[in-house]
Amino acid sequence: MLKTVIPFGPQHPVLPEPLHLKLTVEDEIIIEAIPAFGFIHRGLEILAGLRDFHQMVQVVERVCGICSMIHAMCYCQGIEEIMGIEVPPRAKFLRIIWSELHRIHSHLLWWGLFADSFGFESLFMQLWKIREKILDIHEATTGNRIIVSVNVIGGVRKDLSPEQIQWIQSELVEVEKEINRLGTTLLTDYTVKMRTVGKGVVSKDQAYELGLAGPTLRASGVAQDMRQLGYSGFNEIDFEPVVETGGDCYARSKVRFRETLQCIDLIRQAMSKLPVGEIAIKVKGKPQGETVVRAEQPRGELLYYIKADGSKNLDRLRIRTPSFANIPALVTMLPGQYLSDVPVIVLSIDPCISCTER
Amino acid sequence: MLGEVISVSLDDVIEKVAKKKVEGCRFVTMSCAELDENTIDILYHLDKDLKLVSFRLTVPRNAAVPSISPVYFAAFLVENEMQDLFDIRFTGLVIDYERTLYLEEEVKITPFCKYSISAANRQKTISSAPSGGP
Amino acid sequence: MFKMTPNVLKNLLSPKATRRYPHEVRPPFENVRGELCNDIENCTFCSVCAVKCPSQCITVDKKAATWTCDPFACVFCGICVDVCQAKCLHQKHGYRIPVLGREIIFMQGKAGPKKGNDLNREKSSCWSKNG
Repeated sequence: MLKTVIPFGPQHPVLPEPLHLKLTVEDEIIIEAIPAFGFIHRGLEILAGLRDFHQMVQVVERVCGICSMIHAMCYCQGIEEIMGIEVPPRAKFLRIIWSELHRIHSHLLWWGLFADSFGFESLFMQLWKIREKILDIHEATTGNRIIVSVNVIGGVRKDLSPEQIQWIQSELVEVEKEINRLGTTLLTDYTVKMRTVGKGVVSKDQAYELGLAGPTLRASGVAQDMRQLGYSGFNEIDFEPVVETGGDCYARSKVRFRETLQCIDLIRQAMSKLPVGEIAIKVKGKPQGETVVRAEQPRGELLYYIKADGSKNLDRLRIRTPSFANIPALVTMLPGQYLSDVPVIVLSIDPCISCTER
Repeated sequence: MLGEVISVSLDDVIEKVAKKKVEGCRFVTMSCAELDENTIDILYHLDKDLKLVSFRLTVPRNAAVPSISPVYFAAFLVENEMQDLFDIRFTGLVIDYERTLYLEEEVKITPFCKYSISAANRQKTISSAPSGGP
Repeated sequence: MFKMTPNVLKNLLSPKATRRYPHEVRPPFENVRGELCNDIENCTFCSVCAVKCPSQCITVDKKAATWTCDPFACVFCGICVDVCQAKCLHQKHGYRIPVLGREIIFMQGKAGPKKGNDLNREKSSCWSKNG
């Protein structure tokens, strides 16, 4: 049997960011897949030694373009923990509102790309049209569409007025209606099911052992979500992780669909419980100590290891993003699948390579 | 919250990590920090039921560290990255990129090690850091 | 067989889903962080904006009373606007339009204690007015 080596190259129409997979193929069935990346390594962790710890908030936001607010929130929580700062309650709830809006926009983006990966372009356009409403909410409340830059150490920079809260509520009603309308196509259409059910199966034990994170893990039946840790006010809101048991691409997309609807519910809860008060406290002094903080990005579990030595630059900043944890899954998921299913499977783990390589 | 930190040594790191795996811990990641010119600190982060447990391994710069990728497969990617950026040699890696994951073959410096750059060169790099202008 | 026809007719007769840009432009929101400008008359050249800028794109010279900003290194984060002590920095509601060449904003104020009224703004050849 002749084996061919095919590069699923860094440039591919289906990938949002460059990822290289060396696929060994025998007669259309994949035998081995070895990932390689490093095409957009920017060395952002080294910048922690050149910029002081306040300026690093803006740097850390730009690690990923899609989930930027949650990076900044996790970093700020880490520094606040080292310095022993207690963030005002209103700032905690505002952070919940913006991070859940971010999660909706990220999942809608992913769904659009996923639909495009099996050729369903009109669904891709309809989903991104709903996403524009969420980006308008971002722009009107914070000043920018995606890199919202609203976290500072000690709280948030912008506040929500009662008129803005009313407006967000009315927009969310429309967004929910549209998502439910498209949900029937996304989850019950015959072609979509043929392309996604049974592809790239990961069992529950495999998922736990490989250290996967996020929807990829929850679609295999493990109920783990970092928001259960209760950071930043999540302990005062009703929250249950969304779990499916299929372990294939269809289960992963269903988890993300249900999470989007759950986010709208979380935003409504946070807006109804929003306490009055100030939105930030003044920070004096320099951090000293080390800590590990975790948060839940749309793609999974984010970990920050921060080590500070008392000067205004940090000693070491280590970021571990969930896409980094999900890529070894490709090595076990791909063998045995057809070559034409590779784009769909690679996209189903939601690769965000600029996060992976920082 | 850093959680529990247990110090390990080069001889028993694999044994302790394997014991944690049997107890049902999930592999999260490994972190690396430079302590001074000759020592490097490696932290192994494991998680069970949302509680984080870390192992701290302090090694001299050119030591050969046994790899835990036979125990936890997903560790191969982090260890390859640490080989590239900090020049630590891991023995027994399941898939070894041999320092070509991020770097090219002719690159001989270690990008993330700030102590291996001499003090004079470091001052030069800091003062010529971007200060406005193209 | 005719399942698609009601769909097609509905799409033919309903209004367009997209805005007819550039004939129809949506007015910008109020909070938008656009281009950075400085009221040089009120600037005290304290350099707090230059120290706090994450991308280090502002240079201030107190003795010569100049304020320089590289708009192509600026990330429009708005930190300088928040920390400005004389409240002379502000951001416009629209983004900078594309230009042909790279240029630096250079502003000269009056040296000495505040209230410099001369505004000498150096214009390079491809700097275009935008509002």
